Amino acid sequence: MDFELSDDQVALCDGIRDLCQGRFDIDTVRGLADCGGVDRQLWSELVDTGVFSLVVPEEDGGVGLGWAEAGLVFEQLGRALVPGPLVGTLLAAGVVDDSVVGLVERTDGSALVEYPDVIDALLVLDGDGVWRVDAAELSFEPAQSVDPLTPVGRVAELPQGDEVGGCYGWVNRAVFLCSALQVGLATGARELAVAYAQERQQFGKPIGQFQAVKHKCADMYSREEVARAALYYASCVLDAPELADEDRAVSGARILAAEAADHNGKDCVQVHGGMGFTWEIDAHLYLKRAWALTPCFGSLDEHAERIAAMV
Amino acid sequence: MDIRFSAEEIAFRDELRDWLGEVLPTLGDPPDRDDWTARRKWDMGWQRKLYDAGYAGINWPSEFGGRGSTPTEHLIFLEETTRMGAPYVGMNFVAQLHAGPTLILEATAEQQARHLPAMLKGEEVWCQGFSEPNAGSDLASLSTRAIRDGDHYVVTGQKIWTSFGHVADYCELLVRTDQEAPKHRGITWLICPMDLPGIEVRPITTVAGSSEFCEVFFDEVRIPVENRVGDENDGWRVAMVTFSFERGTAFISELLGTMNQLAEMAELARGIRRNGSTAWDDDEIRREIGHLQAEYDALWALTKRVVSQAQRTGMPGPGGSVFKLYYAEVKKRMADLAHRMLERGALVLAEGGGDEQTGGDMVASRLYVLSLSIAAGTSEIQRNIIGERILGLPKER
Repeated sequence: MDFELSDDQVALCDGIRDLCQGRFDIDTVRGLADCGGVDRQLWSELVDTGVFSLVVPEEDGGVGLGWAEAGLVFEQLGRALVPGPLVGTLLAAGVVDDSVVGLVERTDGSALVEYPDVIDALLVLDGDGVWRVDAAELSFEPAQSVDPLTPVGRVAELPQGDEVGGCYGWVNRAVFLCSALQVGLATGARELAVAYAQERQQFGKPIGQFQAVKHKCADMYSREEVARAALYYASCVLDAPELADEDRAVSGARILAAEAADHNGKDCVQVHGGMGFTWEIDAHLYLKRAWALTPCFGSLDEHAERIAAMV
Repeated sequence: MDIRFSAEEIAFRDELRDWLGEVLPTLGDPPDRDDWTARRKWDMGWQRKLYDAGYAGINWPSEFGGRGSTPTEHLIFLEETTRMGAPYVGMNFVAQLHAGPTLILEATAEQQARHLPAMLKGEEVWCQGFSEPNAGSDLASLSTRAIRDGDHYVVTGQKIWTSFGHVADYCELLVRTDQEAPKHRGITWLICPMDLPGIEVRPITTVAGSSEFCEVFFDEVRIPVENRVGDENDGWRVAMVTFSFERGTAFISELLGTMNQLAEMAELARGIRRNGSTAWDDDEIRREIGHLQAEYDALWALTKRVVSQAQRTGMPGPGGSVFKLYYAEVKKRMADLAHRMLERGALVLAEGGGDEQTGGDMVASRLYVLSLSIAAGTSEIQRNIIGERILGLPKER
C-alpha cells in the first residue's frame, strides 16, 4: 500500500497548476463570464494538454491514465476556478467528436443547461442511455445564474437526441469529477482566507494571530484534508472496482467534498469581513461555484441514503 | 496512489489472522472495569501472548526486540486485532507507545536492557507523569521540582491525569531541574519507580464513573541520577522526540471500533419499534447514519494517507492533528444520535459498564467521547498546531 501520490502524479499536479497560473489567472477567469464561460483559444490549450483525454486509452489517442489522475487534474482546475463544461467534456472524450460538451440529467419538464451559449453538443443522461443533442437543436431561455462563471439556460423540453452509448458508470464518474472540482474549490478558498488573515491588520496585529480567526482557518484545512482523503480513496476504487464498493466510495467523496467547498466558501467570506461581501474579492466565486456543483446527479441526502443502505 | 496491499503484506495479514483465530477463543471473558487486579492480569497476559507469538513491539526496531514491521504492517496488525475483537492495548499503552519508544531513541544501553525486554514481555506497567494542575495545554510551564543531592534527584510536586498510576511500576516523569532557565530549557526526563517512599497516588473519578486517571503526589522522593534519560535540562526535547516515533497509527483501533459501533447502531435502529415503524424509517436518523459512515470512511482513508507518508519519509504527515480534531466532533455526533434513537432508554447505563473505548455501551460512550477533544492535546491546541505549523499563521505569543 502506498496511498501517497507517485512522482508522476506530483509532476502532473504541478504541470496543471502551472498551466492554470499562467493561462487562467483570476482576471482572465473573471473575464470569461463575458463570453459564456469558455474562450475557444484557452479551451484548446486544455484540450492540447490532454485534460479531457486523460482516461482515454493511448491506442485511442488518449493519455491512458486513470481516475486518480483525472481527480488530481480536476482538483487543480477547481482550485483555479477554471470555468466551462469540464465534467461533460471529459466524459464525452472518445464518445463524441465535439470539443465543448455539456452534460445534463433528463428529468420531467424543463431542464437547466449549463454553458448553453458555448457548447457544441449536450449529452443527456437517462435510465436508458446517453444521448447526444446538437447545440443547434437546443432552444433555451437565458436565466440568471447564481454563479457568474456557470451561466445557465432553461430548456423547455430536452430533445431526445441520438444514442451514443449505455449509461453504466456515467453517474458515479460525473459525481466524482464534480467532487474533485469541489475539493479544489475548498483548497482555493482556504488559501485565499489564510493569505488575507496573514496580511490584514486590526488591533495592531494580523487577524490570523487571533484564535477566533486562526481556528476558523484550521477548521477549513481539516475539512479539506478529510474530503481529499475521501476523494483519493474514491479514485482508487474507480480505478480498481474489485477493491471496494464504488457507490459507497463515490457517495462518501461527494458528501464531504460538497460540504467542504460550501463551508470553506462561507468561512472565506467571513474571514474577509465586509470585503468578503463585495464582488471585488474572489471569496464569493468559490462559494457560488461550490453551490453550482452540488445539485448534480442526486442530492447529498440521496448520497447519504445510498451509504446508509450499506451500513 | 495505490491502496492495494502487497503480497508480503497479505501474507502478514493471513498469518496474523490464523494466530488470532487460534488464540482469541482461549482468552475467556474480559474482567470488570473496576477490578484492577484482574485488569492488570488480563492486559499483561495478552502482552505476553503477543510476545510469545512474535507480535510484541510490532513497530519497535528488531535490534531492541521488536518485530520491526513497516507502518503498513502496523496498520494491518491494528486493523485485524480490532476486527477480530482482540484485547485493546490497555494499561500497556504508555510502555508500548510512549516510554518504550523514548528509551529506544534516547536511553543508555543499561536503561534499555533493564526495561525494554520487560515491557515487551508484559512485566512492567508504565504511566505518564507529564501534566500538572497548573501545566495542562501549557505543559512546558510544569513546576514539579527536582533538586540534585549527590547521586539522587529529590523530587517534590504533583502530577495529574496519570492513567493507571495506581497500578503502574514505573513513571515517565518530567521535572524542573533549572528554575532560572527559559521554561523549555529547565526540564529533565526521569524514570521513576512507583514504589519509592514519598509517592502517593489518588484515583480521580471521571464523569463516566471510572477511575483509571490518578493524581500523583511527590514529597521529597529520591530518584537515582542514573534514572535520567538524556541530559539534565534536555527533557523537553526528549519528550518531544517520542512523537517522531508516532506513525499515524495511534487512533486506528479507536476508529475501527467506532465503525463497528456504527454498524451496531444501524442494527439497533432497524429493530427499535415506535408508533408502528422503526427508528430506521426516520429519514433524519437514516441519513445521519449514512453521513457518519461517509466521514468514518474518509477518516480511515486519511489514516492510510498519514501511514503512507510515514512509510516513505519516516515521519507521519500533518494529518494526525486533523484526524484528532475531526474525529472527536464526528464521534460526539454519533453518540448524540444513539441517544435520539434510544429516547428514554438513554437514561440507563448498561450493567457492568464494559470498556467504553471499544465496547458497544452507547450511553457510557456518550460520556467517554467528552474526553476525545481534551486528552492528548485539546482541540484548541490542535487548531493552534494546524494554524501555526501547517498554515503559517502568526503565533499568538
